[in-house]
Amino acid sequence: MDSNQAKQHNLLGSEAASERTLYPYVTGSSVVAIKYKDGILMAADMGGSYGSTLRYKSVERVKPIGKHSILGASGEISDFQEILRSLDELILYDNMWDDGNSLGPKEVHSYLTRMMYNRRNKFNPLWNSLILGGVKNGQKYLGMVSMIGVNFEDNHVATGFGNHLARPILRDEWHENLSFEDGVKLLEKCMRVLLYRDRSAVNKLQIAKITEEGVTISQPYALKTFWGFAAFENPTVGAEGSW
Amino acid sequence: MEFKMAQAAAEVPPKGGFSFDLCRRNEMLSNKGVPPPSFRKTGTTIVGLIFQDGVILGADTRATEGPIVCDKNCEKIHYMAPNIYCCGAGTAADTKAVTDMVSSQLQLHRYHTGRESRVVTALTLLKYHLFNYQGYFQAALVLGGVDANGPHLHTIYPHGSTDTLPLATMGSGSLAAMAVFESKYHEGLTKAEGINLVCEAICSGIFNDLGIGSNVDVCVITKGHKEYLRNHQLPNPRTYVNSKGFSFPKKTEVLLTRVTPLEEKVEVIEGGDAMEE
Repeated sequence: MDSNQAKQHNLLGSEAASERTLYPYVTGSSVVAIKYKDGILMAADMGGSYGSTLRYKSVERVKPIGKHSILGASGEISDFQEILRSLDELILYDNMWDDGNSLGPKEVHSYLTRMMYNRRNKFNPLWNSLILGGVKNGQKYLGMVSMIGVNFEDNHVATGFGNHLARPILRDEWHENLSFEDGVKLLEKCMRVLLYRDRSAVNKLQIAKITEEGVTISQPYALKTFWGFAAFENPTVGAEGSW
Repeated sequence: MEFKMAQAAAEVPPKGGFSFDLCRRNEMLSNKGVPPPSFRKTGTTIVGLIFQDGVILGADTRATEGPIVCDKNCEKIHYMAPNIYCCGAGTAADTKAVTDMVSSQLQLHRYHTGRESRVVTALTLLKYHLFNYQGYFQAALVLGGVDANGPHLHTIYPHGSTDTLPLATMGSGSLAAMAVFESKYHEGLTKAEGINLVCEAICSGIFNDLGIGSNVDVCVITKGHKEYLRNHQLPNPRTYVNSKGFSFPKKTEVLLTRVTPLEEKVEVIEGGDAMEE
């Protein structure tokens, strides 16, 4: 009883030992995902930034969950790893039932929403924006959960800076029944704009695909970028003194 | 000795920039429950693009006052000189005041020198003014024009820094517009492609950002010629419940309509050649 009260005091009052997440430390930048003809495509770069330093360059931010879903996360990497551990436990217990039924993307999304919202209510959030996509029984599903528990489902989602840079492109150019090649091209277009304009982006990305058959996560690769516009090389010709 | 020095210091008038004397009183008022008046802002997308022969500027037409749209069709592309136009984002009063002021200064300069204004002149005048006010003048501008040295496009930030770029976006929708630019820009754009790209960028802002809306204004400036396409695109038409729309009963007949633009006047140049240098 006493120790409980002391702990509550700690949560609200003293600065000494804070056991709540106050700010993120190692963060991942945006994740972008779209529905296509056969399932879901999700792209994320492999950078883990420590403030303004690019500390880790091989962080896998897209992981398969169970048989039917993939999860991509931006934000605090340690919280993402914690979420993966909880989901692992969830899938394990589901498998132990051995009843021929398995958790689909809708269920996992619901579980994640509850988990994120619950943590937010305790003022101790998991500092992530999650994208959950999957296919079960022919039904494609793509949803997002934010760190305060806001969740929704859509045909194309993005986290972080992707919301501002990638979603306008997706709103314009996404359509039903994209082929795999077109879907990858569209995602690469979005990731390229993010690479140009988001300072925490790295040119090393993975694209994950999930269909009824299963999950494939590509090997890390780099996008081709073009920096050689003549007008950018000498922008102040004729306007001497400006920059 | 100290007393005398203090008196001397009090006599010197303040040297320009804003005076913050009333800040304490404002704080006291808002603590007592008197809300400060809200600004009319132009949460905006303004874009500029250099193409083969000149500059294309584009802007949306929504002006907001907090959460309310106060002007559905305002003009954000301001006249600076016959060959220079400037788009403004931020507080509407600030953008209009600063562009008007620099436009007058350019006019005087043109009388003084007898030559066409240069874009770098406008750039420097704007930059000095904004830096002087240390960012309190909330005007973010995209300045474009064609002068004797070719087409130029500059962005000016509220604190007074500038950028010289072939493509520029400013305002709350700058990210959405820049996403379109980054994915579709290539070298050697023709005028039609350029106008198309500018319209797409503004529309991207219109449909993906709440501070932007209504119509698209475009201004194309080339050597010796400019086209101000007011309301070039109207992607948000008013829809009526009745398919025939409204019709008011006829009252007064219009006999004559004459529109006189107030900002530009016809200049009489008294002979002499326009020199290049």
